[in-house]
Amino acid sequence: MALYSEKVMDHFRNPRNVGVIEDANGVGEVGNLKCGDIMKMYLKIEDDIISDVKFETFGCGSAIASSSMATELIKGQPVEKARELTNQAVAEALDGLPDYKMHCSVLAEEAIIAALDDYEKKSSVSDLSDK
Amino acid sequence: MIYADNAATTKMSDAALNVMIQTAKENWGNPSSLYTHGQRAKEIVEKAREDIAGIIGADRSEITFTSGGSESDNQAILTAAMLGEAKGKKHIISDTFEHHAVLHTLSALEKKGFEVTLLDVHENGIIDPAELEAAIREDTCLVTIMFANNEIGTIQPIKQLGQICRAHGVIFHTDAVQAVGHVHINVNEYNIDMMSASAHKFNGPKGAGFLYAKKGIGLSSLIEGGSQEKGKRAGTENVPAIAAMAAALKENADKTDERSAIVTKMRDRLIEGLLAIPHSVLNGDAKSRLPGNANLCFEGIEGESLLLLLDDKGIAASSGSACTSGSLDPSHVLLAIGRAHDVAHGSLRLTINEETSEKDIEYIIESVTEVVERLRSFSPVWRDLITGKRQFVL
Repeated sequence: MALYSEKVMDHFRNPRNVGVIEDANGVGEVGNLKCGDIMKMYLKIEDDIISDVKFETFGCGSAIASSSMATELIKGQPVEKARELTNQAVAEALDGLPDYKMHCSVLAEEAIIAALDDYEKKSSVSDLSDK
Repeated sequence: MIYADNAATTKMSDAALNVMIQTAKENWGNPSSLYTHGQRAKEIVEKAREDIAGIIGADRSEITFTSGGSESDNQAILTAAMLGEAKGKKHIISDTFEHHAVLHTLSALEKKGFEVTLLDVHENGIIDPAELEAAIREDTCLVTIMFANNEIGTIQPIKQLGQICRAHGVIFHTDAVQAVGHVHINVNEYNIDMMSASAHKFNGPKGAGFLYAKKGIGLSSLIEGGSQEKGKRAGTENVPAIAAMAAALKENADKTDERSAIVTKMRDRLIEGLLAIPHSVLNGDAKSRLPGNANLCFEGIEGESLLLLLDDKGIAASSGSACTSGSLDPSHVLLAIGRAHDVAHGSLRLTINEETSEKDIEYIIESVTEVVERLRSFSPVWRDLITGKRQFVL
């Protein structure tokens, strides 16, 4: 039996939405180098819709695949829908992850929440400055 | 497939495989039985013992067959600990990058009141004999230091370490699992009192190994039962595997110099080619290392994803990354030689043999270069490094 599902390998080999959004209005980075996983999410949010999302990941195969799948799941979604993304949803969409790799899906969820928090922080600041 | 993971296991040689099949087919009797069919099996076991003893310069009575390296390590260490304890000596010296078969056995002894000193292995992965001498105490009962490291391949100054132990009357055990069958070893010349070996690391079968113990060291049995192996290891002998182990070792011993010259040359080219990748480093001394071992770290990437992409290119290799083992910490070996956690996660171990071709070496260099570049292209760590937000370590 292979370590990973075909879907994990597909997203690992051909990650979707890889890269950087230069004018992102929400950026989140989670993980730490000591444990060997770092995920960075870039969001472009327009009218409360995630119009674009990109990621960069330092990590194992399942970390890269989880990031890729997470971006697919939230792309084009309203912000409040994206906030509901769970690590289980990421893992399920990948046809499962080995038990000891579930933390990769948790990181993907946390990276997206961190980017959304950053967006909200920035937009509340800009709301204030508008006033 | 280009198999570059010979430190994990080796392919059985034709000689070993043929002997194994033939023995299983024809000499399947129990060596403990007195009739001819059983005694033939016994003869095969004893011939294997004699052959193996001859190759390492030991006497046949000094070889005990075991299931492999881990069992041999456990038995050697526990024997020396029991002998020491009987004399009130409960101090053991080892080092920080031993195999877990040694380190975990030592941890178990610490819980039973033994004191363990672990020597530094330095950045080059080599122990300083003077530091061993300084660490030896009145109550030291054992020094256990591996012949060659399983991850970074560095070869220890065994002869000098053994000499120091002899001078102080301390038992010297070496886990030579990675070295036996790959470099010349004569236990007397190297001042070795006990030595562990595993057949599947030298083109023999899995599940077979041996423990050399110098005359006068009464081994404690880990497995109680029948009187096989002179009561030092109960259980019916794995006759086909023992015969195959001897055949494999014999063939390797005959070709050691020839193989070593070919493999060392290819290894050096491999290391040179991989060091051309920016921000990379060789782990362990460049000269005092096993002929087939190349182990490097590449900054800004993680080892498991490197292995998966190399597997896609038909290259079988390994890494000391945490993600390949299921733990959070990277290899204790790489941490022991002072690599930072983040750098240790990006390690690659390639262990080649004489079946590797020069063309394979160039293909590996090309593939690793391409894969490292690809992983760096979307690594946030690499971005931080090249934009100056983080300092390069390598």
